[in-house]
Amino acid sequence: MPLANAISAHFPALPLALPLGTAAILAALNKFMPRRLADALAILATLINFSIDVFLLHAVRSAPFVYWFGGWTPRSGVAIGICFVIDPISCALAMLVSVLVLAAFVFSLRYFDSVGTLFHVLMLGFLGAMSGFCFSGDLFNLFVFFELMSAAAFALCGYKNEEPTAQQGALNFAITNTIGAFLILCGIAMLYARTGALNMAQIGRALGQQSDALVITAFVFILVGFYIKAAIFPFHFWLADAHAVAPTPVCMLFSGVMVELGIYAVARIYWAVVAGPFAGHHSALMSLLLVVGTITSVLGAIMSFGQRHVKRMLAFSTISHTGLLLIGFALLDPQALAGVALYVAGHGLVKSSLFIGAGILLHRYGTVDELELRGRARRHRFAGFVFFIGAMGLAGVPPNLTFLGEHSISHAATLLHQDWIHVVFPFSGAVTSAAIFRVFGRVYLGLGSKAAITPGKHIPEDRETAGPHRNIPAVMIFPAFLLVIAALALTLTPQLQHAALTAARTMANTYAYQARVLDAKYIPNDAAPETNSPLRPTLISSVSAMTAGLFFAGWALSPAWPSRHRAIAPARACMRALHSLHSGHVGDYVAFLTFGAAAFGIILGLLIHRFGM
Amino acid sequence: MNPRFRRYFFLISCAAFLGLFVWALHDLPPFGNYRGPYGDILNHVAVYERHVTDVVTAVNFDYRGFDTLGEESILFMSVIGTALLLRPQKKETEAPDEEEKKLQHAMDESERRRAPAASDAVRVLTLALTGPLIVFGWYVITHGQLTPGGGFQGGVILATPPLLVYIAGELETFKRITRQEFVEAVEAAGIFGFVLIGSLGLFARGAFMQNVLPLGETGSILSGGTIPLLNIATGLAVSGGFVQLIYVFLEQTLEVKLRVRKAK
Amino acid sequence: MTLFPYLVAAWLFCIGLYGVVTSRNFIHLVMCLAVVQSSTYVLLLSIGYRTGGLPPVFAGVPVGAPAVDPVVQALMLTDVVVEATVVALLLSLAVQVHKGTGTLNPDHLRELKG
Repeated sequence: MPLANAISAHFPALPLALPLGTAAILAALNKFMPRRLADALAILATLINFSIDVFLLHAVRSAPFVYWFGGWTPRSGVAIGICFVIDPISCALAMLVSVLVLAAFVFSLRYFDSVGTLFHVLMLGFLGAMSGFCFSGDLFNLFVFFELMSAAAFALCGYKNEEPTAQQGALNFAITNTIGAFLILCGIAMLYARTGALNMAQIGRALGQQSDALVITAFVFILVGFYIKAAIFPFHFWLADAHAVAPTPVCMLFSGVMVELGIYAVARIYWAVVAGPFAGHHSALMSLLLVVGTITSVLGAIMSFGQRHVKRMLAFSTISHTGLLLIGFALLDPQALAGVALYVAGHGLVKSSLFIGAGILLHRYGTVDELELRGRARRHRFAGFVFFIGAMGLAGVPPNLTFLGEHSISHAATLLHQDWIHVVFPFSGAVTSAAIFRVFGRVYLGLGSKAAITPGKHIPEDRETAGPHRNIPAVMIFPAFLLVIAALALTLTPQLQHAALTAARTMANTYAYQARVLDAKYIPNDAAPETNSPLRPTLISSVSAMTAGLFFAGWALSPAWPSRHRAIAPARACMRALHSLHSGHVGDYVAFLTFGAAAFGIILGLLIHRFGM
Repeated sequence: MNPRFRRYFFLISCAAFLGLFVWALHDLPPFGNYRGPYGDILNHVAVYERHVTDVVTAVNFDYRGFDTLGEESILFMSVIGTALLLRPQKKETEAPDEEEKKLQHAMDESERRRAPAASDAVRVLTLALTGPLIVFGWYVITHGQLTPGGGFQGGVILATPPLLVYIAGELETFKRITRQEFVEAVEAAGIFGFVLIGSLGLFARGAFMQNVLPLGETGSILSGGTIPLLNIATGLAVSGGFVQLIYVFLEQTLEVKLRVRKAK
Repeated sequence: MTLFPYLVAAWLFCIGLYGVVTSRNFIHLVMCLAVVQSSTYVLLLSIGYRTGGLPPVFAGVPVGAPAVDPVVQALMLTDVVVEATVVALLLSLAVQVHKGTGTLNPDHLRELKG
C-alpha cells in the first residue's frame, strides 16, 4: 500500500523530532511568546504526535517494521546504525504517553496561573524522550532516551523552586535515578565487551545461550537501573518524595507512564537480548522477580493506606500497582505480558485522573492533607464522582482495562501453577482502593471523625495558583473525566484481548525479532491456540477487592476504627518502623539501592549456578 | 537510620556489590584485547564511505548520529532546567525599601568573602587569551571530521571566553555578551539546526539523519556531507548551553552586587 | 595485570557510592556522583582498548592499521559533555535547597519523612 509505505518511510522519526523541534522554537522565542500561544503550540504538537502514533499503530497491524536511522541498514547480519522497532506494543505505549501529556497540558491551561514557556519546553522534551524510548531498538540509544527523560523529569520535579521541600524531593529523585543510569551504562558496557554490538537484536544473537557471570551481572545491573526508575522495592523510596513535591501535571506523567516505562524496558531487553541465555533458567528469574514484585505490591499498598498527604498516597499506590506489573512480567509468558500491557494502559489513565483530582483539591483549597480537607469538597459532586470511579479502577473492577489486564495475568499464572498470585492482586487492589475510598468519603462526603489516623507529619504545600477559586474550571475536570471514561470505554474495543495477545506474542518472539531487525525477514508468530479462560474467577476476585476496599474505608472513617486500641500496638509499631524507613534522607535511599543491587545479583547468581534453576 | 548504622549497612552491601562486580569482570576479555566487530568494521569503512579521516566524528554524527541528537537534547533540557530552577523567585525580584538593608548586608557579606580584585597580570592574560580561544574553538569545531575534535569539544572551548571576561572583572562586558535572549537563541538554533539537517534526509526520500549532501574529498575541510554542518550546529548548541549555565549560576551572586551598586 | 583497569572502574564506582551515602553536604554528594560517572567512562574506554593500536584517526595513516575502538570513544565523549550539564542541574537543586533552608546537610533536612 503506497500510504503505508509513505508512513513507514517518513513517520517513525517524527515522535521524537517533532516535540524537540517545537521545544527548540519555544525556547528561542521564550521572551516574546505569550503564554496562550505557547500553550496552543504545545497542545498542537502533542496532538500531531498522537496522530502519528495512531498511524504507526495502524501501519503495524499486520507486521511490525524496522526503521534505520541514517539509512544504515545491517550488513550481512551486523547492525552498524541505530534502529527504531515499530511494533504494536511500542506504538500503544507511545500513544498512552501522548494522551497523558495532552491531558497534562490541557489541565495546566487553568491550573497554573502563570507559567513561563520553559515549562512547555521541558514537557515537550519529556514527551519526545518517552516516545523515543518506546521505539528504540538499540541499547545505548535506549540509555540516551532514559537520560533525556530523567533530565527533563528532574527539572520538572523541582519546578516549584520557592519551596525547599520541592528541591529536596527533586534531589532525592535525581540522585537515585542518576545512579540507576550509571548502573545501566555499566551493564551495557559489559554486554558490549562480550558481543561487540549495541543493537539489541544483535547482542541477543551473539550471546546465544551463554549465561556466565558476565551476562548475569550485566543483566542484573540493567534490570536494577530500570527498576530504580520503576520504583520497585528496595529502590522505590524516591517516588513518594518526588510525587509529594512535583506540580500536579508532572505527577500525572510520572505515575501514569514514566514509571511503567522501566518495566517495559526490562521486558523489551529480556525478550530481545537475554531470552536465549536465560532460556534454561526461567525458574530462577521468575522466583526472584515474583518475590520482589509481591513485596513491592504489598508494601506499597500498606504505605498508601497510612498516608494523609493525598499525593503521597497516590504515589505509594503507584508503587503497589507497579509491583503487580512486575509480577505480570515475572511470569515470562506472552499471555501475562498481554495482561501487563492492558494493565499499564488502564492504570495510567486511571492514576492520571486521580492525580488531576488531587490537583483540583490543591487548586481549590490550598492543601492536599486529607484531614484538613475533611468535608470541604461536598459541593463538587462531579469531581467526587470522577474520583470514585478512579478508585474503582484501582481495585480492578470491570468494565475497566485494569480488570482485563488482571484477568490475563491471573490466567497465565494459573497455567504456570503460580496460584498464589491470585491473592496478591485482590489484596493490593483492596488496600489501595480503600485508601482512595477513604479520601473520597472524608473529603467529598464529609465522613470521618476529626482524630488523626496516623500521627503523620503535616507537610505544608504551597498553592500552585494564587488566590481562591470558586468553581472548578471545566478544562480541569474534563481531562480527568475523559481519562477515566477512556479506561472504561476501551474495554469495549472489539477483539481487544486478542489484539493484546498478538502484540505480546510479537514482542516475546525473540527469534522473529532478531530476524526482522538483522535480516529484514518477516517470520509470523506461531499459531498457538488461544485458551479460553472464564472471566468468573477474576470477576469474583476484583469485586471482592472493591467490596473489601469499601469496607476498610468505611471502617477507617467510622468511630469504630481502633486507632488507639492496645491490641493493635504491634501493628502501629510496624507502621512507625516503615514510616521511619522512608526517611527522606538520600543516603538511606542509596544504601538500600546498593543492598538491592548486590542482593539481586548474588541471589540470581546463586540460583543459577549453585542451585541450577 | 542513624548515620553509623547507615554506614555499616552500606559497607556490607557495597562489599557484596563489589564482589558481584569483580566476579563479572573476570569474564571480560583481557585488557587490550578488543575483539568486537562493531569498531573494526567502522574503522575499515568510514573513511571510504564518508570521506572523513576521524572515525570517531563519523560515528558520532553519521553512523550513530541519532544518539548524538539525543545527547544534545539532554544538554538542552538540562540547561533549560537549570535556568528554570534558578529563575528569579518572586521574593528576589521585588526589592522594597525594607529589603535594602538585607541586600546591603548580603553585599557586605560577599564583599568580605570576595576574592581580591583582578590584578593586572590576570586581566592582561585573560583578555589576551579570549581572541585566540575563540579562534581555536572554531578551529576545533570545523575540523572535527579531519582530526580529533568536533562540535562537543569545540563548543566547550568556545564557552570559556565569557568566563575569562568575568574573571578579568569586566562585569558590564560580561553581561552584554551573555544577554539571555541572544544566548538562548544561539542554543535553540543549534538544536533546531540539528533536527533540520536530520530532516534533510526525509525530504530527500531517505531516512532521518541520512547524509545527503555531497561528500567532498577526503582530507579537505568540506568533506563528509552533513557532518561539518552537524558539527557547527552542535558547537553552537554546546557553547550556548554552557554560556547560559555559567551566566545563570553567576547571576545568583551578580544580581545582589549590581542591584546594590545601582542603589548607591 | 589484565584486569587492572576494570578493577579501577569497579573501585571508583563503589567509592563514589560511599561518598554519596555518607555525605554531609549536597555539593560534595553531587561531586561523588561525578566520581561514579567517571568509573563508567573508565570501564567503557578500557573495553575498547587494543594494545599497540593507533587512535582511530586515519589522516596520513593507512586504513588497515590496527586501531582502537572508535565507538566507545564516541559514546564517551558526548556523554562527558552532557553529564556535565546534568551535574549542573543537580547543583542548581542544591543551591535552591540552601537558599530555602540555609543548610546543605542531608541529615538536617527531614521534611520528607514518611
